[in-house]
Amino acid sequence: MAQDKVQRVSAIKNGTVIDHIPPEATFKVLQILNLTNESITVGNNLSSKKMGLKGLVKISNKILTKEELNKIAVIAPHASVCAIKDYKVKNKFQLKLPEILENIITCFNPKCITRKEEVPTKFYVMKKRPLKIRCHYCERIFKKSEILIK
Amino acid sequence: MDFKGKSIISIRDLSRKQILRILEVAGALEQNPKPELLKGRVMATLFFEPSTRTRLSFESAMERLGGKVIGFADANISSTRKGESLRDTVKTVENYSDVIAMRHPLEGTARLASESVSIPVLNGGDGANQHPTQTLLDLYTIMKTQGKLDRLKVAMVGDLKYGRTVHSLAIALTLFGCQMYFVAPDSLKMPPYITEELKEKGIRYSEHGEIEEVIDKVNILYMTRIQKERFPDPSEYEKVKNVYVLKKDMLTNAKGNLRILHPLPRVNEIATEVDNTPYAVYFEQARNGIFVRQALLALVLGAVK
Ligand SMILES: Nc1ncnc2c1ncn2[C@@H]1O[C@H](COP(=O)(O)OP(=O)(O)OP(=O)(O)O)[C@@H](O)[C@H]1O
Ligand SMILES: [Mg+2]
Ligand SMILES: [Zn+2]
Repeated sequence: MAQDKVQRVSAIKNGTVIDHIPPEATFKVLQILNLTNESITVGNNLSSKKMGLKGLVKISNKILTKEELNKIAVIAPHASVCAIKDYKVKNKFQLKLPEILENIITCFNPKCITRKEEVPTKFYVMKKRPLKIRCHYCERIFKKSEILIK
Repeated sequence: MDFKGKSIISIRDLSRKQILRILEVAGALEQNPKPELLKGRVMATLFFEPSTRTRLSFESAMERLGGKVIGFADANISSTRKGESLRDTVKTVENYSDVIAMRHPLEGTARLASESVSIPVLNGGDGANQHPTQTLLDLYTIMKTQGKLDRLKVAMVGDLKYGRTVHSLAIALTLFGCQMYFVAPDSLKMPPYITEELKEKGIRYSEHGEIEEVIDKVNILYMTRIQKERFPDPSEYEKVKNVYVLKKDMLTNAKGNLRILHPLPRVNEIATEVDNTPYAVYFEQARNGIFVRQALLALVLGAVK
């Protein structure tokens, strides 16, 4: 069984695997991570028992920061992440959307002061499903389609 | 409950208890003027956007408590023109004053200012977002004319889509279990993010097309101006500009304690013949702004506990 998956997207020695990404968010995940010289393998629209179709990203020699994980949680709230060491799964966990999104989102409101002045943004998660957030500064409420990751 | 050093940025930050305390202090200052209370204190009014009413009312409030006022009334003559950031401006002004009252066309500016300085900031309006001193003076006027805030029937009329005063007032009234009636043309209805919040809080409200549908039922009729400058398309404005005009004969069957409020300026939405009826309190409402702003200044400067 595990063999089958490793074949679909080839194995890595050390690095990070992000699994169970909604297929439409897979390439956004790569954009967010702002990768430069890490080697990456991507699978998308793979069949998944849990979610029908999914995306899967494997990145060699990279450990994700808390900030990167939080950004991914906004667009792929049910993704699972595991650290791979020597071809083995070392640390596996489910992403969790934080209650407060600190400096990972650009405010969608063009009249918000955070769009004019260098200020770390802050959003309160009002509802997780469907996602609804409120800007700490302009107090506007935004839905998922209005969320711009920094 | 200590207000000393606190900023007043958004009506959402205030609890029912805090609101009632502010109104109580406003009432005490109206009854008993205290011309020396803030002697030696300085308020800076930073108005990055022109406003006569709010700025003059803040300044008058400070002067009548014995304080002094410095500031500017136009972003064009301020250092913003030279490209200074808001944070730098307020950090500088912090050295010259004990409290800041500000208005700015961008949203979230008062919050950012309050986080940048250690003196209290009073928000006099940040774009389409908040204008908490207006909401507090509305509440003070309602309280004064009805003797209470709880469980009143309040109608809001006109531009409910863009009007920030009605948004804040609706949110504040949820703390007092008021029933609300929203009268607006289809294109200017109360936005869903407000009505959803009312639903979540279990507040009773209804939407209407005509003033006549609600006028005989309510305690408060809150009229607003339909703002021409909000319409991207002038022909849309032409369609709705005259839809709501309150005339004296519409008040024949009104409740005895009905009171009509308006944040002013009015254009034609209340006929002048209504001004002399006992229902009209909009000029008194403007006067109440002084007492509420005095209360806020006294509280945040620690002159009143
Ligand atoms: N050495 C490796 N290199 C690259 N990817 C790996 C490696 N080992 C495991 N994976 C991938 O890491 C993810 C988690 O692996 P695990 O064996 O825990 O999976 P699973 O049975 O797919 O669990 P789940 O029920 O969460 O899907 C899978 O997507 C798997 O393909
Ligand atoms: Mg799997
Ligand atoms: Zn914002």
